[in-house]
Amino acid sequence: MNIVVIAKLVPDLVEELEIDESGTALDMTWLRLIINELDDHAIEQSILLKEKIGAHVTVIAPNFEDIDDILYTASAKGADRLIKVTGDYESGVNNHALARTFAPIIADLSADLILCGVQAHDDQDGSIGPLLAGYLDLPYVGYVASTTVENGKATISKEYPGGLSAEMSVELPAVLGIQVAEEPPRYVAVSKVRQAMKTAEIEEVEAGEFDLDGGPSVGRMFQPEVGEGATILEGSLDDVADELIGILKELGVSI
Amino acid sequence: MSNDIYVVIEHIRGKVAEISYLMLAAGRQLAGGSGGELTAVLLGSGAESLASDLGADKVVYFEDSNLTDYTPGAYLACLKDFLSSEQPRAVLLGHTSIGMEVANLLSVKTGFPLITSCLNFSTDGDTPQYTSQLYGGKIFSEGDIPGPSALLTLVPGGYKAEDGQGTAPPPVTMAAVPDLGDLKITITRYIEPDSSDVDIASEELLIAVGRGIQLEDNIEIAEELAEVLSGVVCASRPVVDQGWMPTTRLVGKSGFQVKPKVYIALGISGAPEHTEGITGSDTIIAINTDPAAPIFNIAKYGVVEDIFDLVPLLTEKIEAS
Repeated sequence: MNIVVIAKLVPDLVEELEIDESGTALDMTWLRLIINELDDHAIEQSILLKEKIGAHVTVIAPNFEDIDDILYTASAKGADRLIKVTGDYESGVNNHALARTFAPIIADLSADLILCGVQAHDDQDGSIGPLLAGYLDLPYVGYVASTTVENGKATISKEYPGGLSAEMSVELPAVLGIQVAEEPPRYVAVSKVRQAMKTAEIEEVEAGEFDLDGGPSVGRMFQPEVGEGATILEGSLDDVADELIGILKELGVSI
Repeated sequence: MSNDIYVVIEHIRGKVAEISYLMLAAGRQLAGGSGGELTAVLLGSGAESLASDLGADKVVYFEDSNLTDYTPGAYLACLKDFLSSEQPRAVLLGHTSIGMEVANLLSVKTGFPLITSCLNFSTDGDTPQYTSQLYGGKIFSEGDIPGPSALLTLVPGGYKAEDGQGTAPPPVTMAAVPDLGDLKITITRYIEPDSSDVDIASEELLIAVGRGIQLEDNIEIAEELAEVLSGVVCASRPVVDQGWMPTTRLVGKSGFQVKPKVYIALGISGAPEHTEGITGSDTIIAINTDPAAPIFNIAKYGVVEDIFDLVPLLTEKIEAS
């Protein structure tokens, strides 16, 4: 079985985000990028499937800064083939463009199963998974929390609110949007990643020009005013703790 | 093309999802701006009664046994040709585990542009505008809703459900259902939530831990605080995804909607996926080292401190009092 996983990098939200001079995009100059957490779950799910039923796993990613580290890490975890798609990302890209670009590349990989994170926090024009499924004319289901494969079909559980899930049967090939892998993404030792850097090869595919059609144009980006609602308690730790106890008592909590 | 606004109604196991009413409220505003009608689009089997309290001018109903439960392929098959021929000014779907995938697939098949995570709209100018949430709620973006037709997914927060409910049942028109005999995705069963754990949705005092808890062992500080306050510990998505807490304790969009008297958020940034689940809380108290954390927007009281410094001290003081 061939599994293709799409991974992309997103800004680390722990860092402070700033808007650039145009006022319509993030200032990427000092931004630290990390793998989209849910894509990491998609990679983990692909490796779990490989271990259980045997599979050839390809990880494909847009060529953002530091993507090599992400790909080598995936290799150290068990991915068999690494592809980065190069292109002029700095001039602007959206998920429609990425999905359009990736569709023919992935079609050539004869995938039975295509996995990606169900969403990313920088998605504004939809998510790569279902858009890709649309362009490839494949079935798609998202919010997937478990996946087994048998006889050309995947059985997945799809999450709904309130702890409810639906079990669905999906004819392959298909695209799945992963919410969470069956196991948390595994830790891989730095030494294994270094080893992968020496042995694994990253193939490069040129993207060509991005077609942004299908995404909105942004008039303005801004940071919502923070702390509008909250009364911020200040002072020494001791004072703050006492104040919190006072508030809790006032709210009727028995202390 | 038309000035009409369409809302794709979400329902699960015989109940209209609240997001549907929020979408109708937003759709009413957009229809007011465009001068069009508000149409609710309902897909189901024997589900016509669900139309009765929808606050729409009319309902278009797709009835088929393959539409009893939601599956993405069936919804796509029904909606793509229908919307392509109707060409409404805008189509609203939920930014949910149902609406998101349908909207994406529809964007490819209809060619309508898609804007996700919309919080609210403005119809003051010539062209209606969207405001959408990005980067875990830390950044908002706004701009024109592209024409002639656009797909929009809505997150809760900008509209009230009561504004999307109607006083009289709207007229229902039956739509032509395409052949749904060859669906690639079918539902086999529902898996109920584990009922052996506490029901966090009915707890009155919740101590919630987020990514800021850093390690599984650190959850202990939340448990100790919960113990002295007679509360229950719950968590946001990253903590549950690490396997540190069961899904029965998951608060937010894909977990539980909670409505405690007091919700104490420890190291939770307040991404929209989480805050969707806690807006029913009477009082939210947030402790986070990041002064820019969106959780402070919805909290009543905030403390910009390290939970590892403050929480054990707080527990100790409560214990001593």
